[in-house]
Amino acid sequence: MDARWLARRLGQILVVLVGISFITFVLVWLAPGDPAQAMYTSQGITPTPEMVEEMRARLGLDKPFLTQYVTWLGNCLHGNFGTSYSLNKPVTDLMLARLWPTIKLALASLVLMLLVAVPLGMAAAVRQGSVIDHLARGFSFLGVSMPNFWFGLLLIWAVALKLGLLPVVSTGKGLDQLIMPAVTLAFAMIGRYTRQVRTAVLEELNQDYVIGARARGMSERTILWRHVLPNAQLPLLTLLGLSLGSLLGGTAVVEVVFSYPGLGNMAVSAVTSYDYPLVQTYVLWIALIYMVINLLVDISYARLDPRVRRGARS
Amino acid sequence: MTGSRPGREDPPEKNQVDGTPLLSVQRMTVSYDGTPAVSDVSLDVTPGEIVAIVGESGSGKTTVIRAVLGLLPSSGQVSSGDIRYEGRSLLDLDQAQWLDLRRHRMSMVFQDTGAMLNPVRRIGAQFVEYIRTAEPDVTRAQARERAEAMLERMALPDPRRVMDSYAFELSGGMRQRVGIAMAMTFQPALLLADEPTSALDVTMQAQIVRQMLALRRQEGTAIMIVTHNLGVAAHMADTIMVMRAGHVLELGPTDQIIDHPTHEYTASLLASMPSL
Repeated sequence: MDARWLARRLGQILVVLVGISFITFVLVWLAPGDPAQAMYTSQGITPTPEMVEEMRARLGLDKPFLTQYVTWLGNCLHGNFGTSYSLNKPVTDLMLARLWPTIKLALASLVLMLLVAVPLGMAAAVRQGSVIDHLARGFSFLGVSMPNFWFGLLLIWAVALKLGLLPVVSTGKGLDQLIMPAVTLAFAMIGRYTRQVRTAVLEELNQDYVIGARARGMSERTILWRHVLPNAQLPLLTLLGLSLGSLLGGTAVVEVVFSYPGLGNMAVSAVTSYDYPLVQTYVLWIALIYMVINLLVDISYARLDPRVRRGARS
Repeated sequence: MTGSRPGREDPPEKNQVDGTPLLSVQRMTVSYDGTPAVSDVSLDVTPGEIVAIVGESGSGKTTVIRAVLGLLPSSGQVSSGDIRYEGRSLLDLDQAQWLDLRRHRMSMVFQDTGAMLNPVRRIGAQFVEYIRTAEPDVTRAQARERAEAMLERMALPDPRRVMDSYAFELSGGMRQRVGIAMAMTFQPALLLADEPTSALDVTMQAQIVRQMLALRRQEGTAIMIVTHNLGVAAHMADTIMVMRAGHVLELGPTDQIIDHPTHEYTASLLASMPSL
């Protein structure tokens, strides 16, 4: 873990980003449908072939593929990600406007999940086979098997319509707008993570150092929080990174259900309206997020596990 | 072979004055899920005495000392008999009493101390944690000082560096000395040692054995050592218990067991023993 290692990793990220941008460009180019046509259709206009041709020329879509790609890449490197075809605004502005609500939702649901899944998973592991273990199992089963959108709709029905506690449609501003989408996302994750925490803690409870700590007269509480948990968090770190990545990419289904103005919601409409610049920038964002999180996970491993940091001899 | 035990010493006089045993295992049977693993074991350890339990793996010798420390796996339990320590039965202890016992009165050294320490925390942090758990009034700095003094006593070079190391960064011999240093911090009356030298090379084995003998000489610590190495047992122990398949085959003074084994299994163990 040194500066050279970090520089190499950052270099890799750059190379992968360029590669991914090329692949997306090819895929979008190959995809059926015509953005010029779609732009008119979305405005309720049935264009003549001449109008479509003219629009294609204006968007640069009549140029050879490689010219299109190089032009786009060059603009990107200058921070210009183009103008959205369907919304007619700079892609950068559109992305930034959606970014903050998405980050808020991602962090809120992750924190909510950890607050429930960690204690629940630990309790289930410590009292294996007890009532709480069975309850946790049932809860996990429910969380994993219930589709997000259905749980979200039930939540809207119960909390917003029947009880009238929270708004049905979310504007992404204010805490009350965040609660239901965050709970919906957390619910499914709690199911998965409770099981993961339980497995990781059980695995660690079987390690010799737990017997060692007991032999030294450590209380079970000390053993659990100061010995088992620091070790059990290591296998969970990778999973958390993946979850954070997918959350920061926007969670299309849940965002659509709650009309939440996040990236996922935007990506869905960008795809359906052949909005090439928006789709490409979105894909780049996803790739960047995953690679950066991967890097952060690797760095945290080194920080949290001395065997990685100092290089285990055995 | 029997003449090569110059290191063995008689237990200190003061500990032989009063005849009540420190530890008394009485007709103990330990079962795992109802199946006896160790049957009908009886054994007394007087203060300052060194008792060696020898036998091949699976003979139940580790189960015996785990039972004494109350650290049987969850499927195991003492199904009959009694274990009395300092006059009271250990089978009646509640969790708080067990913790107190393990903090102050009885401690254990394992085959690989490294594995018995948390791999992601420094040795020093765990040593300090141990001292301050047993004696909450001690400050962090005092505990550190005490830990370093204990490590120094175990002839560990550069105790400070050891404190700042993780278990995986130390050699096997150093880890074992860390283990003994921790176990001896509160001068327990009884030290349980589970194959403490088995993972070490011969030179290091001899050093660890010498250090344990010195502890008995200086502190009057009784030691119950489990080993499959009859050489170590003969060298250290006053009393030897031979176990096989969960039963005690022989129990008696070391000289008697070594010179006149009554059981042919003991004789075969002796025959296969490399001379020290």
